[in-house]
Amino acid sequence: MKNLIIIYLAAVLLQSCTGENKNTLPILGNRQVVEKEVNGKMVVDTVYQTIPPFSLTNQDSVVVTEKAFDGKIYVADFFFTSCNSICPIMHRNMLKIYTKYLNNKEVKFISHSIDTKYDTPSRLKRYADKLGVKGNQWEFVHGSYDAIFNQAAKNYLVTAFQDKTEPQGLVHDGWFLLVDKQKHMRGAYDGTKDDQVEKLMKDMDILLQEK
Amino acid sequence: MRRLVLYSLVSFVLVCVITSCKNEQELAFGRYFANGKVLYENHCQNCHSKEGQGLGLLIPPLTDTVFLKANKKELGCFIRFGLKKEIKINNTVYNENMPADDHLSDMDIAQILVYVTNSFGNNQGYYSVLEANTDLKNCK
Repeated sequence: MKNLIIIYLAAVLLQSCTGENKNTLPILGNRQVVEKEVNGKMVVDTVYQTIPPFSLTNQDSVVVTEKAFDGKIYVADFFFTSCNSICPIMHRNMLKIYTKYLNNKEVKFISHSIDTKYDTPSRLKRYADKLGVKGNQWEFVHGSYDAIFNQAAKNYLVTAFQDKTEPQGLVHDGWFLLVDKQKHMRGAYDGTKDDQVEKLMKDMDILLQEK
Repeated sequence: MRRLVLYSLVSFVLVCVITSCKNEQELAFGRYFANGKVLYENHCQNCHSKEGQGLGLLIPPLTDTVFLKANKKELGCFIRFGLKKEIKINNTVYNENMPADDHLSDMDIAQILVYVTNSFGNNQGYYSVLEANTDLKNCK
């Protein structure tokens, strides 16, 4: 009987450990260790990668900057409106997430078009309308080639480039990137896979609990 | 023991006789449907989705049996040459372009159509490669 109690207690203890780990998400990206002076003393601190300020144009031809995302968690991806490979799958899934968090003031979405030549704001507007997206909780943004491709490679750490040998001339990943209120990247999920999309929604709930 | 062997032999022969009764067309249907499913997954599913539901007003669903039936002779043309005109599906207007897929053979198209017109709530039976040959020659 005594053994049984010990085993039971051990099991409870073990479970509580795994439970705790589940409730925090890692911070992704590069990190830097810096020494700085606080109250006259040198301390070592870790600086995590953040999404730096940006300025892009959305489907309503309104400038969108990082300020629109202050105090919100958001999901970012890269696509283009005429893409018929992975984009419809990604946005069918994104629509599911969008519907779940519709009108939640703490949640936003941003889809960057990598077809910087043809996906003008008016085309993005038409696309958003037909997808059934209203208002600006989900931003579809247009920007210069450099602005968009730098954003992908340097800040969100995903692949996007032009390739003339590809049938549609553009190559990109299907990642959904989850960014927290401090603009740290906290997760990357394959937007074409149902189980990863489920995980993203669970992680968003965890992130919304964070202060 | 002998009896058991005899019985099982007789029942085996019976089963053989019954299955061979399935006529040629039914067998062809099964073959077309199975191949059509794979072709659908590779060439159509990204846009039209696994359940044929499409995407918003951008990509129409494949669930409008009335439309599929009325346009049966043209469906192959939509696949091979794309679709630029406005269509009405389940009473909703769709007018985005559907891209052409011109490297599918007549047989591929027939098989895809058998799969599509017999899935997602549709039940329209067989469509042979011979019918596809004729219909694809008459594309506008």
